[in-house]
Amino acid sequence: MLDAASLARTLERVAREILEHHPDPARLSLIGIPSRGVELARRLGAIIAEATGVSPFCGAVDISMHRDDIGARGSVPPVQMSRLPRSLQEGTLLLVDDVLQSGRTCRAALDALSSFGRPARIEYAVLVDRGERELPIAADYTGKVVAPGPGERVFVRLHPMDAVEGVWMERVESSRRHSPKANL
Amino acid sequence: MSHSILFRNGRVIDPASNRDAVGDVLVLEGRIAAVGAPVPGDVLTVDCSGKVVCPGLIDLHVHLREPGQSAKETIASGARAAAAGGFSTVVCMPNTSPSIDSASVVSWVQEKARAEACVRVLPTGALTKGIAGEEMAPIGALKKAGVVALTDDGRCIQNHELMRRALEYAGMFGLVVMDHCQDYSLVGKGVMHEGYWSTVLGLPGWPAAGEELIVQRNALLAELTGTPVHCQHLSAAGSVRVLREARRRGVPLSGEVCPHHIALTDASLQGYDTNFKMNPPLRSEEHIEALLEGIADGTITILASDHAPHCNFEKEVEFDQAPFGILGLETELGLFLDILVHKRKVISLPRLIEMYTVNPARLLGLDSGTLAPGALGDVTVLDPDLEWCVDKNASLSLSRNTPFHGWELKGRAVRTVVEGKTVWSL
Amino acid sequence: MSSQEIFSKDHSVPRAGWFRKDLTGLQHLSREELVLLLDTAAAFKTVGTRHIKKVPALRGKTLVNFFVEPSTRTRVSFELAAERLSADVINMSASGSSLTKGETLKDTALNLQALHADVIVLRHSSAGAAQFLAERLDACVVNAGDGAHEHPTQALLDAFTIRERKGRLEGLHVAIVGDILFSRVARSDIFALTKLGAKVTLVGPSTLVPKELERLGVQISHDLDSLLPDLDVINLLRIQHERQRKEYFPSLGEYTSFFGLTKARAARLKPDCLVMHPGPINRGVEIDSDVADSSRSVILEQVTNGLAVRMAVLYLCNAARSGESA
Repeated sequence: MLDAASLARTLERVAREILEHHPDPARLSLIGIPSRGVELARRLGAIIAEATGVSPFCGAVDISMHRDDIGARGSVPPVQMSRLPRSLQEGTLLLVDDVLQSGRTCRAALDALSSFGRPARIEYAVLVDRGERELPIAADYTGKVVAPGPGERVFVRLHPMDAVEGVWMERVESSRRHSPKANL
Repeated sequence: MSHSILFRNGRVIDPASNRDAVGDVLVLEGRIAAVGAPVPGDVLTVDCSGKVVCPGLIDLHVHLREPGQSAKETIASGARAAAAGGFSTVVCMPNTSPSIDSASVVSWVQEKARAEACVRVLPTGALTKGIAGEEMAPIGALKKAGVVALTDDGRCIQNHELMRRALEYAGMFGLVVMDHCQDYSLVGKGVMHEGYWSTVLGLPGWPAAGEELIVQRNALLAELTGTPVHCQHLSAAGSVRVLREARRRGVPLSGEVCPHHIALTDASLQGYDTNFKMNPPLRSEEHIEALLEGIADGTITILASDHAPHCNFEKEVEFDQAPFGILGLETELGLFLDILVHKRKVISLPRLIEMYTVNPARLLGLDSGTLAPGALGDVTVLDPDLEWCVDKNASLSLSRNTPFHGWELKGRAVRTVVEGKTVWSL
Repeated sequence: MSSQEIFSKDHSVPRAGWFRKDLTGLQHLSREELVLLLDTAAAFKTVGTRHIKKVPALRGKTLVNFFVEPSTRTRVSFELAAERLSADVINMSASGSSLTKGETLKDTALNLQALHADVIVLRHSSAGAAQFLAERLDACVVNAGDGAHEHPTQALLDAFTIRERKGRLEGLHVAIVGDILFSRVARSDIFALTKLGAKVTLVGPSTLVPKELERLGVQISHDLDSLLPDLDVINLLRIQHERQRKEYFPSLGEYTSFFGLTKARAARLKPDCLVMHPGPINRGVEIDSDVADSSRSVILEQVTNGLAVRMAVLYLCNAARSGESA
């Protein structure tokens, strides 16, 4: 779907869209959702810094304590450290994630952020939107929209955490992740 | 013809008469007949080819729990378990409720056994009143009632003066004293062998010295009084050394070993499974080696089970609060054959039979334990090579507390005969 | 370096998973599992600094603090940890339970499970009691101290505190001083610290330091004075005189003169040597009062970290249990 080069171009485009809405990167914080959202936030931040000469804050928010499916996924999601700006009341927090599907991850991230304070404004950027929403949640910035067939799963792989880089779809037989019941 | 049976073509092993040859054994009217005696035409004949025919086995250390604890075991159920283990005679311990410390309780047990037990049940009497270790029990009355030995098993007299006088007094009646060797101040609240595992598991330790000290005490007092003392369920290397030295000097001291003390080590307690909780406790490898050496060189002369049934609900509690002891009657012969004869080759099959027949019979002065003509017609048929698997749910005991469930063993009894009557067969 | 970043591990490194519904001890945990526990605790420690000091991780779960042996501080710590995870908490003590009416531990626990308790935190005077329950219940069982066996969360908070202060455990020399024989804290500390790479020396009178423990890879010493200059951490165990029998040492005075951390001994420690104690402390017995209050003492940090460690344990065990049943 996306190889390393087209992935880079997609991120460039998303970064430009973000800048159109946020001309002052100093008032923007890119908050990745672990694990690949953190890397995407870092890359978007780097593109913005290069374009404007101003580095936005790049951090992370751990959502594992706020999930509604703890344990339902077979393994325990590792708890990560959150890194957030000193004050949430100023500027915009931009949540960054790799794949948007049910919207539950975003919901957990919103809950997690609100436990740290009362953010003035939160926006949401995703690399891939694959539909099948279970909550009324939409992304403000989307890299690519896809419509996988039944049993197909979207894979996002990024350096340095993965050996390869790219986005593709693959049929996965009877994955627990895809059973609608797993999220109940 | 009741109470008569002919065993044909078995390997007949009778250590009491130094017999070990293929041949026949005839029991007539409940007694062993002379070799070559005419066989009546209608006598039941059992083909024993490939099997071993020996005197009915004797276990001189079992707890049958009656009177008073019939949820754990009854004389009837314990006797059935004994028969299934190859035992035609069991000697039951007096730590019942009430304890067997008076002639009336002895008579009660004897009558109950006569009415309900399929094997011979011989009661022992308490050495002290209520097994409290404080006052001598009515030893003369117990002897008249028919006890075969005296013991406070489960407890141990700590007052050496009382022990000395009890031995002197018992000696007057020709009774052996069997002792559970445990020094209370050294053992304290110990629930397992004191060593590496007790330290790691945080369980109170029961040091080997707690047994060895009392075995040494018994050696000194047996020598002083001349009354034979039998040390029960020996578990510690030092006990074997003391016993060896005492016997070498002719002191009337003997000792027994139970299967769990050579089959298992204290490392088995890692899961806090109370089926591994015994008194004395499972010990470490070096103690097992010493016990095996003692069996091999004849220091230890008797094998027994310390069959100690307990209900599941009693055992299924916190480790330090659970009662001590496990079932033994149905597994002891298989374990000893498997370990002593087959795997470790510590002793020969005739030696093992000797330790289960003539040796306990001589110690207690019983009219059994031999195939000599005129002896009681108690016979056990063994298949020393039969491979089988222990299934606690098939046990004839009322209890299920065994750590050996699922063990694959080689060798077991296949028929148990008491005075010419088959009371159990595989 | 802020406390938030101490554990900043490379996210690309796959970490050990957690698959245990119970925490009965540390003896059988791998080094990776211990590191995962400590890392998770580091993340949970930050919850206490948030605007809202509570996360919904255990929302709708019920935790029973079942304390058959009294202990206020451990119970309160578990209670607060559970509440910060949004669990409902019930406290039960032996005196208020049917155990005093002759009910067995198993029956009491099955009754708790019948009420849909999700986690049972057990403090019990019998070694192995937590494992006993863990084998019989679907609920998570967390050992809050079983006899002289283990006290895993105490050792985890000790390891956490050392790692947070020193940045590492590898190569540190830790002395555990006092009543090792009867101490569940000592056993859990030994398992945790040796697996995490520390050098551990047990110090105390020969009657209270079993030689067998050398097989666990620790050293044994009866000479505290000669060790002092080499130590990075000194962990003083409580001398429990109520439990101590006279056979173990002649008097508290003699104990203090040989093994107490007096001012004179404290002066011979490295300046950055941490002084630890699982509490409650006997001032003037195992530790001098001023030393307990000195800047080297991390005794109160241990209490704070206990909360984070217990949150991590409750979170991980619960998640693993839900995973099994999903």
